[in-house]
Order: sequence, then structure tokens, then C-alpha cells
Amino acid sequence: MVELVWLIPALPLAGFLLLLFFGNRIGEPRAGWIGTSAVALSFVVAVISFIGLWGQPDHTYELKLFEWIPAGNFSVDIGFLLDPLSMAMVLFVTGIASMIHLYSIGYMHGDSRFPRFFTYLNLFVFSMLILVLGDNLVLTFLGWEGVGVCSYFLISFWFEKDENAKAGKKAFITNRVGDWGFMVAIFMTFFAFGTVKYSEFLPMSPGLAQSTATFIAFMLFIGAIGKSAQIPLFIWLPDAMAGPTPVSALIHAATMVTAGVYLMVRVNPVLAASASWLPWLIAIIGCATALIAATIALAQQDIKKVLAYSTVSQLGYMFLAIGAGGYSAAIFHMITHAFFKALLFLGAGSVIHGTHEEQDMRRMGALRKLMPVTAITFIIGWLAISGVPPFSGFWSKDDILAYALHKSPILYAFGLLTALLTAFYMSRLVFRVFYGDARWGESAEGELANLDAHDTSAHSDDGADSHADVHAGFMPHESKWPMLVPLIVLAFFAVVAGVLNLPFTENLEFLNRWLEPVVGANQVHLGLGGVQLTIELVASTLVALFGIFLAYSVYLKNKVDPRRIELPFFANGWYIDKAITDFMGGAGRKGFELIAMFDNVVIDGTVNRIGRATRGGAARLRTIESGYVRWYALMIGIGAVLMLAFVLTQVSF
Amino acid sequence: METAVFLVCALIVLAGGLGVVGSRNPVHSALSLIATLFGIAVLFLNLGAQLLAVVQVIVYTGAIVVLILFVMMLLGGDNEEEFDIEPIAGQRMLAGLVGLLFLGAMLAIIVVGKESIVTGSRSVTQAISTSTSNISQIGRELFTTYVFALEITAGLLTIAVVGAVVLARRPKDLQPLPDEPESLTDMGDVPLTLMHEETGH
Amino acid sequence: MGTNLPLAYLMLSAILFVIGGVGLLIRRNPLVMIMCVELMLNAVNLTFVTFGKMLNDISGQVIVFFVMVVAAAEVVIGLGLIVAVARRKPGASADDLRTLRG
Repeated sequence: MVELVWLIPALPLAGFLLLLFFGNRIGEPRAGWIGTSAVALSFVVAVISFIGLWGQPDHTYELKLFEWIPAGNFSVDIGFLLDPLSMAMVLFVTGIASMIHLYSIGYMHGDSRFPRFFTYLNLFVFSMLILVLGDNLVLTFLGWEGVGVCSYFLISFWFEKDENAKAGKKAFITNRVGDWGFMVAIFMTFFAFGTVKYSEFLPMSPGLAQSTATFIAFMLFIGAIGKSAQIPLFIWLPDAMAGPTPVSALIHAATMVTAGVYLMVRVNPVLAASASWLPWLIAIIGCATALIAATIALAQQDIKKVLAYSTVSQLGYMFLAIGAGGYSAAIFHMITHAFFKALLFLGAGSVIHGTHEEQDMRRMGALRKLMPVTAITFIIGWLAISGVPPFSGFWSKDDILAYALHKSPILYAFGLLTALLTAFYMSRLVFRVFYGDARWGESAEGELANLDAHDTSAHSDDGADSHADVHAGFMPHESKWPMLVPLIVLAFFAVVAGVLNLPFTENLEFLNRWLEPVVGANQVHLGLGGVQLTIELVASTLVALFGIFLAYSVYLKNKVDPRRIELPFFANGWYIDKAITDFMGGAGRKGFELIAMFDNVVIDGTVNRIGRATRGGAARLRTIESGYVRWYALMIGIGAVLMLAFVLTQVSF
Repeated sequence: METAVFLVCALIVLAGGLGVVGSRNPVHSALSLIATLFGIAVLFLNLGAQLLAVVQVIVYTGAIVVLILFVMMLLGGDNEEEFDIEPIAGQRMLAGLVGLLFLGAMLAIIVVGKESIVTGSRSVTQAISTSTSNISQIGRELFTTYVFALEITAGLLTIAVVGAVVLARRPKDLQPLPDEPESLTDMGDVPLTLMHEETGH
Repeated sequence: MGTNLPLAYLMLSAILFVIGGVGLLIRRNPLVMIMCVELMLNAVNLTFVTFGKMLNDISGQVIVFFVMVVAAAEVVIGLGLIVAVARRKPGASADDLRTLRG
């Protein structure tokens, strides 16, 4: 049964091709159902493969389809590596993707390019599956680039608006910067090992020279920084919210951005063989990203932007775990995060849909009674991400914090602080949207005028700048069933996913034991128990509850003026984006122009000058062919004299 | 005795040679050539190559030079060449230089090498015999050792005759040679077919 | 024959050869050029016979035989060419045939 693994990426590929050629003819809504069923079937096959995988030794199965690049010593196959790590990822990728496909049928209803959307979505799922299932670095890179391209397509899906197109470009180009690192790592891997296949070079990693391993792992980490939006390459993720909400849910919450985490976990033997400063660097960057993104999130006014920065922050947690040696914790958090973040995004999409494309939180409020299903599922997601037991986010976040504490108490402290902020800004979001006074409609005008006068944070993406009086007399409404069913399903998983890795006893740590063949050798073993575990769990719970309480007192009870917390510095993303833009447009541009000039003048110039020299030389040589027979005879004579002279030098008398 | 003959004939040969090169009138050149050829023939006799001396007189002087004189008369050979102008720049100087260098080299070799410039083994083919006549010896060699070359040479002569006939045929329409065209690729109003007619048919 | 005499023959041949060569390069009249070629050929013939004498070998003379035959054939062709060209352009010299230039 596990041989069916090739079907897993093949089904979305078939869906993509079918929709590519016949999508417009199939039309709405059948195109959506085709796309959804392709991915849903893929999920079914994934489950079947999972069952079949139990019987395989070490829970690992390799399938080679055919040879792709035969180049002497270097050979790359199209092959699939189904091991615990990739199986786990395939399951939740296909599962969540099928949910989001179903959701999109409702969300994209009425869009003029409905079939095209599902074409891109299917292509994306295919690329992601290739990324995860590939048995060598080059296939992973193929999928890596594929998801980058699909991200570009999908972010700028509504490209009629300039900002959407720009956001797509920004995402792709920023990713590209990281991809350079990935490519260099592939080259170095081949140079060091002679192969890029995981099952061949990973077992050889312990014998690697430390500098080589550090170099490879560091370059891969650069790729991961780009793809998984760590500092300083996170700038594309908030802009990517210009795409439709299902895109944000699928790509920028559950799947594409986790590719970096997957990559680092996949090459954990190389990471283990590298110098000790590299995991420290990864952990520090992860922790810093988590903290910084959390501070930015609490000053955003757009629902999707809050969620975007929240994603960046949670990804930071995952890298913190990787740096601290807790690979399975990172995967655990990835899985739970996929559930509750997708849930939150889809819920946000439902809210946006219900309020007629309104995305600014300041114009929402008291939606709980009007959109009950959305509200309840959203609240479940909120509790999960805030780290409130017994929801899934609590367990996974605590797992990470335990590893962080093991690595360094300072990292643990910052991690706790970030957890506090996470709870705070998510509660802020929930209270502003679902509770409090209704700020949409007629009553909104006065409050809006007040807010706008003092508001200094900039918005660039909300399409509903139109004044409130247009919306006067409208009622936000609940969404239709294709949008609600995924919410309910995801909410269910957001609640129960914690059972995957409960820390109480060894037996309950399913995920740890499942991932043992992949990461076991290099994972830090904590051996927690008893008192220390209880203290950590209680501390995390208290922090989460305190964060919720703070948000409650600020936003619902108005004890503190929000403007003292929502600083412009935070709202503008610590001015990192602006700094990068200024550098690239200013000093950076000069550097690039210098390089371009070098290319034009030196390289092109040399080639051109050689050409001109040849022409000039030829023109001068042409005069020898004068056409005069006597001149040619003279040339023969000169040649004869020269030959004679040469022979004379060789002869001795 | 041999030396005296050699000296006299050498003078004749050189004088004839200079006459060929330096005469303004081509007929004078032809006559100088005859003098040279006669001198060479006597030198052959001096060296004991009797057949060659006779063949030289009959074939070279009697046929080739006469042929040249025929063509000269046919084409109006007393047009004298202008010695003053030389269209090709540097031709005379370079020609003189080449000649001097070449001559210098050759003389140096001969003078320095003396006898040892002849390095081959003696009498490889057949020694020059004084008993049999020169003609019969050469005849025998021609038809034994060099028979292939002889037959091929016969073929060569036939081809030469046929070629000469073809070359000198009078074409149907005579047009003068075109003056040098302005453009190298475009011959003006002279079509390419004309070139074929020169040598074709 | 004295040891110096063959060398003298060789020197004479060399001088005659060079005279013919320089004449070929300098003169423009095609008939005179052919005559210069004849000079060079004769110089070579003399050289061959001299070597034949020095090496005591009959093949020196046999080769000269062949050289004469080939020279005759060559003159025939050359004169044919000159006639063909001179028909088109009376008074043509060697310099007039220069269309094939670079």
C-alpha cells in the first residue's frame, strides 16, 4: 500500500493540468470541486500510505521513479522518501489543503478567474508535496522554487491593483535572496559528499569536517530565513496579505512558510556536525523574530496583518526549538500551528467576507452574535494560539519553551515574554472584532473621526477606504456552509492536536517516538518529569492568562489608553522594511549598478574589443592580397628565403 | 681545357640571362634566351651529358623559344615595356633584396661546404659509364627504372596539347576584358556568364 | 675534373637561378616572364647534371630529361593562356589580371 506514495503528488498535478487546459470551460463551481477532490483524494492516499508505513522497517520507505539528471558522477533521481518526518508533513499538508480548497469554493464565489485560482492552488499543493517527499536536495529545491512561484501567482491573484502585483514580486524576490543560500548549500553538499540524496549523505554527516558542515547548514538556514520569514527577510509576509485569504491561510500559515523548518529538521545530522555557534545563532534569530514580530503585531489595525506577524512570530518559535535541539518540538508546533493558524485565517476571511470586504479592526466589533459559528471557531483558535490548556497550542509551545530553558534561561525568559505578547495581541484581536461596541454602520462615524485624527499607523492594503456611510444600513452576516465546514473541522483539530505529544510520560509522547528514526540521534533528551514539568506548565498557563487579562483591561475595560501600547515604532515594523528599502534603493543600488557596469564595460567590452581587433587586423591583413601575381610571387620568394635561412641554422658543416 | 670552356660558356650564359631580364624589347629577350640556352648546351657537353645537350638545342631552343617568338609576333610583340613605372609599391626593392639574400645563402653554402655538400651515396641508380654511349644508358634507365614516370609524362604531354587547343579556341563573341570594377562583388553590367565563356565551350 | 670545377658549376647555376627569379618578379610582359621561368629551369637542369657528375650517377641526367618535358608542356599551356587573355585585351600585362584581390 505504501507504493502508492507517488499518487500523493500526482493527484494534485493531474488536477492542475486538467484545470490548466479546461478550467475556463469547466467553470465555477465545478472547477473548485475538481481541485478540492484532487487534494482530498491525495489526503486519502496519504492516510493509506501512513497505514502501510507502519509495516516498513524504521518506518521508512523509498520509491525511485526514474533518473532525472544523469551527469557522470552526479545523478539525481525523481524519487520519494517516505519517512516519519515527510509522512507527518504530507498528512497535515494534504489535510489542511483540502479544507482550504473547500473553503475557497465559498470564498472565491463570483470571482471572474475562479478556475484559475484552483489551478494555482493545485499546483501549489503539488510543489509542496514534491518539496516534502523528495528524496534529495535538488527535488526539495524544485518544490521550494515551485511553492515560491505559486506564492507569487496567488499573492498577485488580483493583479489589477498595483499593490497586489508589487506584493507578489516582493515575496518572490525576497525568497530568491534566501534561495541563493540554498543553492550554494546544494553545491557544497555535492562537493563534500558526492551525492545530494538524503538517504546517502545524512548517514555520512557525522564524519564531516566541522567547517564544511557549518557552511552547508548555515547556507540552508539562509534559505530557510527567506522562505520562513525570519529576520531580516520577513518583510514579504505582511505584504503577502494582499492575496485572497485562503491563500494566506494555506501558504503563509500552514505550508509554504513551514518549508524552512522542514528543511532544517531534515538535515539535522549536518546541523549536529556543525560548530556550536550555528545552533545558537538559529535559536537567537528565532527568538528575536518571535519577540519582534509579536511587538509589531500588537500595533496593527488590519486583521490579516496581525495574523501575518503572528505567523512570523510562531515561526520564530519553531526555529528557536531547532536551535535548542528540540526538532520534534518544532515539528509538533508546526503541526498545531498549521491547524490553529489556518483556522484563524479562514475565520478572518469569513469575517472579512461577512463585513463586505472590511479588514480594518477599527470598523468591526460585536460580531459575535451576528456570526456565531465563525466566532466560536475563531475563539477556539485564539485560545489555542494563546497557549491556554488544554488546547493544542499550549502543549506545543510549552514543549519548545522546555527546550529553550534547557539551552539558556535567557531564551526561556524571552520565550515567555513572547508568549505573553502573543496572548495579548490575539486577545486584542478577538475583543476588537467580536466583542465590544459595533463600530460598523452609522454609529461608526463619530468614533472613526476621533480615531483617524490620532491615528499615525499607515495602511496600504485595505480595499475598504470608502467611508462608513456607504456601509450604513448593512448587516454583517454569517458565511455559507463551504466556508463553515472547514472552520469546524480545523477547530476540532486545534483542540485535540495536543494529544500528539503530551509531555507527562514517555508513552504519551507519540510524536517524539514517531520522529525518532529521523531526529532521534541529535535531539536533546530532556527527561522531564515531576516537579520541574509542573512548574513549567503552570508558568506557561499563568503567562497566557495574564496576557488575556491585560488585553481585557485595555480594550474592553479601557483602563489604559491603547495608544500608549500601540506605538508607531511597532506599527511600522521597527522600520526594518523601510531600512531595507532605503538601502536597496540608495547604497544598495549603487553597488548593483557598479556590478552591472562591470558586466557591461569589462566583460562585454572585452568581447567587443576582441571582435573589433579581429576586424581591424583582418582589414590590415587584407592588403597582402593585392591581386597582383607578381606580388604573390614575391611572397613566395620571401618564404623561400626564410625557409632557407631556417634550414641553414639547423645544418652544421 | 674544361675550365676554359666553362669560363667562356659561363660568360655567355650570364650575359644572356641579364639580357633576358634587362631588355626593353621582348624580341631581344628571346634572342638573349637563345644565347643562354646554347651556353647551357655546351656546358652539358662539358659535363658529359651528350644526349641532354642535343635535346636542349632541339627542344628548348628549337621548339620552345620559337614558340615564344611565334606568340610574340602573333600578339604584336614589339610593344616595349615601360621600365620607369612600377605599380606595386616596394616590389623592385624587395625583389632585389630577396634575390641578393637567396644568392648569398646559396653561394655561402657552396663555398663553405665544398665537396661535402653532396652527401648522397655514390652511384645509387647507375654509374655513368664511359663504355656505353650516353644515349643508350639514359634510354635503358628511362625504360627500366623510370618507366612509370616516362609513361605519365607521355600522358602529361597529351593533356598539355589538348589543353592548349581548348585554351586558344576562338570564342563566338569576343568582348574585351573588363576594366577593374568599382565594387569587388558587383561587376557592373558584365554578367558572370561571361567568365564561363572564356574557358568553356 | 678538378675539385673546384663542379662547385663553379653550382655557383653558376645559383647565379642564373637568381637572375631568372628576380627577372620574374620585375618584368611585367608575360612572355618575358615565361622566358625568365625558362632561365630558372635551365639553372636547375645544370645543377642536376652537375650533381649527377659529382655522385657518378646517371639519374641526374634522366631527371633533367623529365624536367625538359614538363617545361615544354608548361610553356605550351602558358602561351595558350596568354593568347586567350591577349585576345580580350590587347597589350595586357601581368598586372591587368587582378580581380581576385582581397
